Amino acid sequence: MFKKLFLYSLIANFFFIKKIFAAESGGMPQLDPEFWISQIFWLVFTFGVLYIVLSKLILPKISANLELRKSQIQENIEAAEKQRESSEAKLKEFDGIVLKSKIEAKNIFKDAREKVIKNINSKKEILDKQIDDEIKKAEVEIDTLRQSAPEKINKIAVVTSTEILKKLIGAEVNNSSISAIVDDLVKKNGDKYYGH
Amino acid sequence: MAANPMTQFEVYRIGPEIKVGAFDISFTNASLFMVISSLAILIIFNLGSKKNSILPNKIQLLAELSYSFVSKMISDTAGSKAKPYFSFIFSLFMFVLFCNMFGMIPYTFTVTSHIIVTFILAAFIFIGVTVIGFIKHGFGYLKLFVPSGVPIVLLPLIVVIEIISYLSRPISLSVRLFANMMAGHTMMKVFGGFVVSLGIVGGWLPLSFSVALTGLEILVAFLQAYVFAILTCIYLNDALNLHH
Repeated sequence: MFKKLFLYSLIANFFFIKKIFAAESGGMPQLDPEFWISQIFWLVFTFGVLYIVLSKLILPKISANLELRKSQIQENIEAAEKQRESSEAKLKEFDGIVLKSKIEAKNIFKDAREKVIKNINSKKEILDKQIDDEIKKAEVEIDTLRQSAPEKINKIAVVTSTEILKKLIGAEVNNSSISAIVDDLVKKNGDKYYGH
Repeated sequence: MAANPMTQFEVYRIGPEIKVGAFDISFTNASLFMVISSLAILIIFNLGSKKNSILPNKIQLLAELSYSFVSKMISDTAGSKAKPYFSFIFSLFMFVLFCNMFGMIPYTFTVTSHIIVTFILAAFIFIGVTVIGFIKHGFGYLKLFVPSGVPIVLLPLIVVIEIISYLSRPISLSVRLFANMMAGHTMMKVFGGFVVSLGIVGGWLPLSFSVALTGLEILVAFLQAYVFAILTCIYLNDALNLHH
């Protein structure tokens, strides 16, 4: 229904337009040559002025602006790239320095440790030697003392026995006989006395 | 009431009659809108190129986007050899676009809806392209009419067709723009007239049509300017890079 109506109105429209065209005395004003020369003249004039001004003044400026912006952006990018590279190099350098100082510190520590250990060892050796010497000396002393001890004891024994005998008996006893007895006793029971 | 949809295309004198010899070059409403369009282009692009900041303002962005748009269009269709003709194609595109767009404002005159204007533009392009072709390739430019890889039997026919199609370029180029502009504006006027004649009861349908048509016509105004410029690029490509 609507479709039909629409179609009818469309056809009516065409008739309407046709009527208008028929009513117009000259038809399309575009085909009236009265102002053709004027239009051509003004078209050439305005378009010519437009072309000359655009091509000589405005477009080179826009092109230069675009070029400048492009180059500036490129420059900025390059500068940023350069800075990034330099910062990376610096970072690497810094890392190297840190690593180097770490190794150095380790070396210093190692050296110091070795030195200390060496020092301690040498001192220990000296001390050991001293101690050994002292011990040896003491042992020698002890040995001499020990070797001289029976004689002294014998002597003491002889002297004391003489004294004791003198006190007890009141008579002098021959020293040599007492010492012979003591010698005899020592020979007999020396082990018991000195604990060898 | 101007019910006739064709009255909008009438040219009339503004100011005195100017005659040079036998020629009448009076300033008309068509001349007025040519001047307005050119001045608008010059003002916009002058403002857009005045200052160069790294972050462009709106008008500078507009100018630079148009520049790169046309530049890309030319390099895509005609290659790098068409660089010297950039200014001409840019002016042509902008002129046609602004004339079309100014025609979309009510009570204005559409310069490009006149066959004589579009024909002069197209004829100039046609002659220019032909001259460039003969300068670049000499008589070798005639090879354009002899496509390669065509059977020898068909060759005479193909050559005739090629010549006709080449010669009809200015006509097709000018009629395309003129007819589109005229038809669109006539349609809008007709539908506008329907709104008035059908009144408040039945006028809503043609009114909505009119609104839709306005959008369509703005699209067509841009598209036809683009087509005009890109066809110029294609013709220029034929003249610069003989591919046959």
